[in-house]
Amino acid sequence: MEDKKTFIDPDLTKRTVIGPNGEDITVDPIQDYFCDALPKKHEPKRAKIFENFFNWARAESIWVLGFGTGCGSIELYPLLTPRFDAYRFGVQMRPTPRQANLMIISGYLSVKTLKRAIRSYEQMQNPKFVMALGSCTINGGMYFDSYNTINRLDKYMPVDVYVAGCMPRPEAILAGFEALKKRIKAGKAEGANLYAENFETYKANQKKIIRDWNMPDYNW
Amino acid sequence: MEKIIQHLQGAFDVKAVKKQRNDLYFVTVGKDQAIPAVTYLRDAEGFSHLVMITVADWMEKGVFELNYIVHNYQLHADISICTNIDREEATMHSAHHLWEQAWTYQRELKEMYGIEFPGSPRVDESFNLEGWDNIPPMRREFDTLKYANETFFPRPGRVSHDPATYMKQKLYPNE
Amino acid sequence: MSNSNNHKLLIKTDRSSYPQPDESGKLQVDLDSGKYVKVWHGPNHPGVTGNMSLELTLCGDEVVEAKTHVGYLHRGFEKIFERRTWMQCFPTVVRMCVPEPDSNEYNLAASMEELSNVEVPEYAQWMRTLVLEMARISNLLRLLPAHGGTMGLGLGVQWGVYLRDLILDRFEELTGARIYHMYIIPGGVRGKMPDGFKKRLISNLDDIDDFLIRLKRLVIDNAVFKKRSIGTGYINPSWVDKYGIVGPNARAAGYKRDVRKDNPYLIYDQLDFEPYVDNEAASDIFSRTWVRFMDLKYGVEMIRQILDKMPNDGEILGKIPNALNWKIPTGQTYVRSESSRGEYGFFAVADGSEYPRRINLRGPSYTHAIALLEKLLVNANISDVSAIMVSLATCPPEIER
Ligand code: SF4
Repeated sequence: MEDKKTFIDPDLTKRTVIGPNGEDITVDPIQDYFCDALPKKHEPKRAKIFENFFNWARAESIWVLGFGTGCGSIELYPLLTPRFDAYRFGVQMRPTPRQANLMIISGYLSVKTLKRAIRSYEQMQNPKFVMALGSCTINGGMYFDSYNTINRLDKYMPVDVYVAGCMPRPEAILAGFEALKKRIKAGKAEGANLYAENFETYKANQKKIIRDWNMPDYNW
Repeated sequence: MEKIIQHLQGAFDVKAVKKQRNDLYFVTVGKDQAIPAVTYLRDAEGFSHLVMITVADWMEKGVFELNYIVHNYQLHADISICTNIDREEATMHSAHHLWEQAWTYQRELKEMYGIEFPGSPRVDESFNLEGWDNIPPMRREFDTLKYANETFFPRPGRVSHDPATYMKQKLYPNE
Repeated sequence: MSNSNNHKLLIKTDRSSYPQPDESGKLQVDLDSGKYVKVWHGPNHPGVTGNMSLELTLCGDEVVEAKTHVGYLHRGFEKIFERRTWMQCFPTVVRMCVPEPDSNEYNLAASMEELSNVEVPEYAQWMRTLVLEMARISNLLRLLPAHGGTMGLGLGVQWGVYLRDLILDRFEELTGARIYHMYIIPGGVRGKMPDGFKKRLISNLDDIDDFLIRLKRLVIDNAVFKKRSIGTGYINPSWVDKYGIVGPNARAAGYKRDVRKDNPYLIYDQLDFEPYVDNEAASDIFSRTWVRFMDLKYGVEMIRQILDKMPNDGEILGKIPNALNWKIPTGQTYVRSESSRGEYGFFAVADGSEYPRRINLRGPSYTHAIALLEKLLVNANISDVSAIMVSLATCPPEIER
């Protein structure tokens, strides 16, 4: 009988490949590869008129990461179905953080979900925005005294718009999208830069409550 | 139902019986007799459905009251087997061999109250919490407001009132 | 007969390279060998459930080991109840299960009434039944098309959510809120029916009837759906007691389990209905879809019946003590009701003060989504995982509370 230790899939062995510039690159298919360089602040580099054009384009194509975190996610279904139809406004759901530029935190965040939410947020590409629904993300809402839900979201990630209510109606969320668009067009939605500037503070806050921090500090 | 309770009283050392409704009885037995009593109800009396395993924390008496609620689909009736265990050295016999879902309840109780269930599968894995290093949160001595205020960042300006006194002040100040 | 046998033979694979159980019956899964892949499914939700993740170990595209991880929605409800008076628990308790909050309201109200001997007027009981049934169909409208949705048939979901919104509009008219109604308060209900409510509700029910015909053509008669769902996710009827399976999942396995019929509460004993049971006990995804389909159909009939039979007017609130410091005498009880997912119960303990000692929820997903799901997923294909999970009507918020 074949010893199970000696069975090794040939596709999974470590090997050396030749890179585009002729250098040797060692790849190990079993290992995770990611970049853990810390985030940088992005200054606007172009003339104002071009920046405005880019901001307009960003505002009209809000792609939401499909990650529902609290009670609020139940109102995201009506939002994306014929009744309220957010697609009209260029809002659509994306399955992966790599393709999204808006993260909707739709309610309370337990510590366990916060860890996943932070990781998803960091994996999103710049420019990225955060929208927070419900009183839970503002001040803890009805779980202000719970041992497992956070009280203020803006201590852990930069928030661009809050939509108040418990839970916010789909119309309110649509109004939230409008407010976000205005902010983006005015060039004020600088959450990602804020995160990069105050990276240490945010990390310290996050590490204060996430006890078993077993991931890189920043990765994307 | 009365008959079944009599059978139980005959076979086990029943400490108290409380009739809550016609179809719901709470039967208190000793710690070592709880699992045999539940097994007896399941195998001999047709209480084949485990509704839940739950705990009430009586801190002032120093006990946890464990409840095993079982349901009979022929009689449409429930019996809850209660037993008191010591709060300080909380250990209980495991019931995972009787029902497949029992270990889930035991895993939760272990995490939330710190009750040990020796022999129960996966009982030490975390259930709801991740990286919890405090006393088990559902025990009554754990103060959740204090913990939340210390750990999270309460937004300044948020107040909460006791509704009874606050409404009286606001609505009927002269009464 | 021979046909189905052929089908089985075709999909039989050579399992000699799969993990074999050792002497103790445990599978030998050696992750370092490179034969197995670990996949995390969730917590970003795949279908219409909440956040829950599955840790799957795959060999090829077959699942050899599955573990459910919950806790992403844990709010510590049962702890914060210690700091709330019974009446303050009330707005909190509805948030336990988001898609169908009314069973929570009813269960808390019923346990408080039972412990402190409060009578509920008849009209209020009819209104409660109406609201519970409306909540059932509104949840089923979301859940039933999702069975097709997990296999890529998204259109049904769009229709279903739209119709659910119409029911939510009726809720808004009646209670003032779309999702969290807080309508069934201890002692009775919070208001009467507005004018013209009946007529508008009946016209919505007609729309739903129409939708059911279209949904049957779209999803249930669909060849792809049939091919993928028949025989997948089979629950052996002998597991029903062992795993504590309740509600539609048990009815698909041939057991008649319905709290409304078994332990009638409110005025269900005055209504004429028969829950649908799959007598052939096919017990696969298709059969569970069909049971839910019939549930929705009967639910619509039931609301028509309630509207027909209910009294036109009456008291809405019984005699209750001062709600702000309602002291409930020492005692404990267990009350149950039938949600759209199965038996839903509250275990409540009072210690004579204004604050509850313990309120514990027994949700159907607690058993379905952990012990049963882990068992069902073994040997399933990776593409069927979310279909199986949704077909069990998993609702994580009620597992972790
Ligand atoms: S604000 Fe209200 S609806 Fe939103 S997550 Fe919090 S409790 Fe739920």
